[in-house]
Amino acid sequence: MELVLALAIGVLAGCGVWLLLRPRTFQVIIGLTLLSYAVNLFIFCIGGLRTGADPVLRDGADLSQYTDPLPQALVLTAIVIGFATTALFLVVLLASRGLTGNDHVDGKDGTP
Amino acid sequence: MFAHRRAGGRPSTNGGLMPYDTASLAILCLPFAASLVAPWLRGRRAATAWMLVTAAVGLVLSAALHPALADGTALRSVIPWVPSLGLELVLRVDGFSWLFLMLVCGIGLLVGMYARYYMPPEDPLSRFYALLLAFMGSMLGVVMSGNVIQLVFFWELTSLFSFLLIGYWNQGASAREGARMALIVTAGGGLCLFAGMMLLGRIAGSYDLDVILAAGERVRASTLYTPMLVLVLLGALTKSAQFPFHFWLPQAMSAPTPVSSFLHSATMVKAGVFLLLRFWPVLSGTDAWFWIVGGAGLLSLLLGAAAAVFQRDLKAVLAYSTISHLGLITMLLGLGSALGAVAAIFHIVNHATFKASLFMAAGAVDHEAGTRDLRRLGGLRHAMPITATLAVIAAAAMAGVPLLNGFLSKEMFFAVAVSTHRGPVVDVLTASIAVLASAFSVIYSLRFVVGVFFGQPRSVLPRQPHEPPRWMRLPIGLLALACVLVGVLPARVIGPFLHAAARAVLGEDTPAFDLKVWHGLNAPLLMSAVAFAAGCATYAALRHWFATRDTVPLLGRLSGRLLFERVLALLTSSLPGALEGTFPGRRLQPQLLLIVLAAMVAAGLAMWGTPLRFGLRASGVDPAFALLWLLGAACAVGAAWQAKFHRLAALVLTGGAGLVSCVSFLWLSAPDLAATQLLVEVVTTIVILLGLRWLPKRIAGLALDTSRARFRRYRDALVAAGAGLGLAALAYAAMRHPVADSISHFFLERAYSEGGGHNVVNVILVDFRGFDTLGEITVLAIVALSVFALLRRFRPAVESVDAPAQQRLQAAWDAAAGADARPALADYLRIPGLIIQLMAPVIVLFGVHLFLRGHDLPGGGFAAGITVSVALILLYMARGARWVETRLRVAPVRWIGAGLLLAVATGLGSMLLGFPFLTSHSRHLTLPLLGELPLASAMLFDLGVFCVVVGATSLMLVALAHQSLRRPRAPADDVPEDR
Repeated sequence: MELVLALAIGVLAGCGVWLLLRPRTFQVIIGLTLLSYAVNLFIFCIGGLRTGADPVLRDGADLSQYTDPLPQALVLTAIVIGFATTALFLVVLLASRGLTGNDHVDGKDGTP
Repeated sequence: MFAHRRAGGRPSTNGGLMPYDTASLAILCLPFAASLVAPWLRGRRAATAWMLVTAAVGLVLSAALHPALADGTALRSVIPWVPSLGLELVLRVDGFSWLFLMLVCGIGLLVGMYARYYMPPEDPLSRFYALLLAFMGSMLGVVMSGNVIQLVFFWELTSLFSFLLIGYWNQGASAREGARMALIVTAGGGLCLFAGMMLLGRIAGSYDLDVILAAGERVRASTLYTPMLVLVLLGALTKSAQFPFHFWLPQAMSAPTPVSSFLHSATMVKAGVFLLLRFWPVLSGTDAWFWIVGGAGLLSLLLGAAAAVFQRDLKAVLAYSTISHLGLITMLLGLGSALGAVAAIFHIVNHATFKASLFMAAGAVDHEAGTRDLRRLGGLRHAMPITATLAVIAAAAMAGVPLLNGFLSKEMFFAVAVSTHRGPVVDVLTASIAVLASAFSVIYSLRFVVGVFFGQPRSVLPRQPHEPPRWMRLPIGLLALACVLVGVLPARVIGPFLHAAARAVLGEDTPAFDLKVWHGLNAPLLMSAVAFAAGCATYAALRHWFATRDTVPLLGRLSGRLLFERVLALLTSSLPGALEGTFPGRRLQPQLLLIVLAAMVAAGLAMWGTPLRFGLRASGVDPAFALLWLLGAACAVGAAWQAKFHRLAALVLTGGAGLVSCVSFLWLSAPDLAATQLLVEVVTTIVILLGLRWLPKRIAGLALDTSRARFRRYRDALVAAGAGLGLAALAYAAMRHPVADSISHFFLERAYSEGGGHNVVNVILVDFRGFDTLGEITVLAIVALSVFALLRRFRPAVESVDAPAQQRLQAAWDAAAGADARPALADYLRIPGLIIQLMAPVIVLFGVHLFLRGHDLPGGGFAAGITVSVALILLYMARGARWVETRLRVAPVRWIGAGLLLAVATGLGSMLLGFPFLTSHSRHLTLPLLGELPLASAMLFDLGVFCVVVGATSLMLVALAHQSLRRPRAPADDVPEDR
């Protein structure tokens, strides 16, 4: 499981970074989204991978039967904030598109 | 709140201690409070009265403190703030700071009175007095600080208000430039002082002034002494306009004259020498102190005096003479003898009185004659005899004429200069420079008096000069009276206060000194006579030459101001320009590449040399999970592949990758994350879909494929592969590495007992880490408002304004089909719309359900908020903005505001009950029908989170959706235009 998730994080991050370095704003926004998946999974996996150990307290279960709740709390807010920044970036890219007439990240078309 | 103690360990003789605490706190807070009120006052009279009353109350309160200080003790009031960091508000008043309190309040009072008549009648004065009062408060804060960090804080405040006051007439370029220069020099020095105080506190083991004052030996023996001393002195010398930082003071003369009189002669520039005196017992007595302080003082004394002689502007004469007199005080302190320190304190008071009155006199001349140019003025004694008399007295005090206060402190200075022994060369040099500088001071005093008031009256003046109003003369007169009183009866008038001040600084080492006008025939008197005679003779011989010179001979090229401007230009323009050329400043791609590479290098460096250890056994691979991520990886790669030409496909594929990670969360025991991720996925996709239509068309095959572009792609692919592999390796290592002792047990153990909830993730969010969550929802609110604000000014590109091609085709088709045919677009999304309309309340209900169960089961404010906003945006999509808004009033900004207020109020509520901010209280209630309901105060907080998320998400979505309303009406008008 660890290997699968690590490779998944690697693929998501790789695609994200590649898109981040592209010249078109839409590519960058997709890249950021993929990168944030990778980072969220990365933070989440620090707590260790457990199946069937939801951090929801049940009667009669001792503490070793729960997975680590802290990375989950961190990732939960990260997901919401990630959405907000994506929306902000989208609006900035739309404004830049309206002002410059193209969708290049520097507002100057002509470079690939 | 107050913890009161007296330094020195003497038994207190005064039973009623609380009044002194209250009084010192009032002295500090009163000016600030008054300053906040002042801008709202209407009319000059009210503003002036407000200023005068505040200053007078401050003066009376300060005077009332004196009996408690008479025996050399220090009054301390401590208001704890962060005791664990040694941060507390300590108000400390001793004989020395008392002298400053009286000076600041007293001259503040006189300047307030003077300014009423000096400032132009059309100025309502409320802003002026507000700034002046705030400055007064900051200055009082500096002198009353019993904690060095607190001292630095007020120190920087004085720089700030000095900046605002110098630039008070901000329409003038010279005022703005002078203000900026003063701010950069003094606030920069303040930052050095801050660093120095941190070091000093570290050496002494406390930031408390009394502890530091008692740790003199240890401080001087420390290896950090020299850097600390240099930093502290940078602060003191910049503030007191000492060489080589003296250039800001003459530039600051573009301030209104009351400001020059108050800040730049009597009080703020004295803060530097105040600091030197305050820390004199700790810092002085070393060679470094002697050479730096003594050297800076000596050079300022001489250069200031020489420059003052050649100025044409009346205020510039006074400014340079201030530099010179402050140099005298600094030099006295640098010499390191206790008598020098006494003389310095004495001269601070004397200089404040005569220089403040001279500034006011110069302002009166400027006000009545319309110019301050010494070459144009003359013979004003006929037009303004009273002012002339007062100015002559003050100038004579400055020159050191007997029977005036300046003479006494100058005699003391000569006595110190003669009695200091530091080797033959230094001794002779000190004594002769002392004489030379006082000769210069005779010359510029004569130039001031003779140039303005004597000689032939000039016929051409901008205004017909006459005596200024009585209330404008009164402050000058009172100060001149003080000069005479101190000069004639020093032991009576100033003796006890000076003694108390000296004792407060020097303690047991206070030398015996004798304040007398006549000490008999001795060396100081001889030096005085020589200086006086030389000054008069030189002035008589060279007065015409002085008047014609424009620059200072020999020193004209040595301009600190020019140097400062060059350095400033270098730092703010040339250097950044050069850096911008070197680094890829304005282009995003190289910047991002650098960031990615830097992150990789940083991670590589951190990992370098540490072998990866795999302490945990890897769990077995579930083939279904592997297959799932095969799909996820394919989606991610596909998204990367298609993002350039097929945006919709890329968006859908990204969503696929998101769904796979959502399933992984569920698989790996994180149901909360899975729910949130799923909902956010939906909303993100909708947001980007709404934006897609404004992007330009991009068609594969049209793009140029140059070799350069290919190179970039290969390079970026390499970097991306490196980043991906690196992160994968790191993640794998992290997952196989045993976690030593996580704090998570704490949360698991206490989630129910203290947080009252079973869902530990939710309890962490709304209870244990509630403050973080408050920060996060604030960020969310700010982002939503920014999105909203940006979109209000949104201008779409011309080619994307029209309706989409498909709609236009359909509309044309309908039009061609004739009027009787029902247009297809009218039925757009009819069935889905109906379903959505019916489902929307169900979705909202589901959101409420998620919220209510959040504390015990997966769910919570974040997920519930997004669910509700999804219902809303689905309605918008299905029915159009107009339809929704005529039926449903959504006010997202109110939701945001209410949510934030609720979250903060919950936190404050626990403070009201005496617990720290955001402490939660929980109780389970059993209600009919609903069953057992967890009711924690954290639930209220979660409700705030819910409201903010609903408001923020729907504000963003609705603002984006509204953009489609911007397009001009399509030619076929019957098409519903809000689609």
